[in-house]
Amino acid sequence: MRAICARLGIELVELADWSCCGASSAHQTGRWLAHALTGRNLALAEKVGLDLAITCPACYLRLRTTQKEMKDNPKQRDELAELIGQPYGAKNNIRHLLPIIYHDVGVTKLKNSVAKPLAGLKLVCYYGCYLVRPPEVVAFDDPENPRMMDLLLEAMGADVRDWSGKVDCCGGSLSMSKRRIARRLVAEITQWARNAGAEAIVTACPLCHSNLEARQSDKLPVFYFTELIGLALGIAEVRQWLRKHLISPLRLLASHGL
Amino acid sequence: MKYFDRQRQLISDATFLSQVKEVSQTNLERCYQCLTCSLGCPTTFAMDYLPNQIVRMVQLGLKQETLTSATIWVCADCATCATRCPNNVDLPKLMDTLREMSLLEKVAIKERRIAAFHDSFLTSLKRWGKPHELSLLLWFKLKTGDFFSDLGLGLRMLVKGKFKVFPPGFTSLKEVRTIFHRVNQKLTTEEKH
Repeated sequence: MRAICARLGIELVELADWSCCGASSAHQTGRWLAHALTGRNLALAEKVGLDLAITCPACYLRLRTTQKEMKDNPKQRDELAELIGQPYGAKNNIRHLLPIIYHDVGVTKLKNSVAKPLAGLKLVCYYGCYLVRPPEVVAFDDPENPRMMDLLLEAMGADVRDWSGKVDCCGGSLSMSKRRIARRLVAEITQWARNAGAEAIVTACPLCHSNLEARQSDKLPVFYFTELIGLALGIAEVRQWLRKHLISPLRLLASHGL
Repeated sequence: MKYFDRQRQLISDATFLSQVKEVSQTNLERCYQCLTCSLGCPTTFAMDYLPNQIVRMVQLGLKQETLTSATIWVCADCATCATRCPNNVDLPKLMDTLREMSLLEKVAIKERRIAAFHDSFLTSLKRWGKPHELSLLLWFKLKTGDFFSDLGLGLRMLVKGKFKVFPPGFTSLKEVRTIFHRVNQKLTTEEKH
């Protein structure tokens, strides 16, 4: 991610002293713990004064949820400040990496920087839940048919297929505790991807990525979208990331000369 | 669903609806049972009541039935329901509220594995302040007594370098622990009121 952002002219600064946002487990079991864990990070970022760039849609949704609720409700904001021991003004600009690349770099610039087009690679883009829903919190794209990732990958020469599994849930939050549910949801998604003629699924969520690989019996490779951007831009480091996949995409890429 | 107890008394808690409404900040009374939520829900096959039934149960004050249902834990929080609801009923927030209530009221939880996972996640988070998957997995296995499932997968992930063996260093650990402490205090004082 750092390598790709650097190439695209986006400067990233790691938020010093960040802590975990509590993810699903915090907000599913206690709203104040959830707000306090996200609130601490939001308050830290507010002090730094830069936009918050986030790679994980779950973190993205959690932080945006807290910010929205605190913005709408000053009384709650005071209660939060007491819990985290520092003031919080709910003024952050919280953004996911995908719209940052789409809006700030833009499809045209990306297209012009392609060194190795992803020609012939048949893909489906999987957006999952937290990036698109609930729409009034995430303010992302069309919640039923988002196109941002599709357009980026098309610009890099890939054969992006239209399909019906784009915004369906993969059961990632239940991946450990309810494997039966996760396996069934993942099987449906890979089946739809196959039906659309895809050779791989592209995600914008690390948890979906991990769940789609770990709970899959189909051996359909899964990419995080920046890996493919990196390949198309000719960034050598990408090869090392691809070796970490549970379902190796190397043979598929080699068959397309990538 | 039981509506009456042995003495033919209606099992209904008159304050349940207003309590849930206050915490979740969502107007459940707008629901007209169109079933859009349940039709789009991806996990209904593992639920004992459909999401629209849960809304109705809360309206009727069937507190015990609601808080002990599998549905509130099986909900994957994907928000398909809330996105499509014609009346803007925030079901994910409703589910969050019901899960929190069931933990605070210490009722018998039907999906203990899911609750144990959340508990392990937060234990690990309180211990390290940052995510550390390996300790989360160990806590989860200790809590559920399920030591052998996913061992192969775990090993593969370890070999691929997906888990960090050593926990992350973190200078402000104390701050995170103070947050946990303060939230607990807040919940205790709220309960007294």
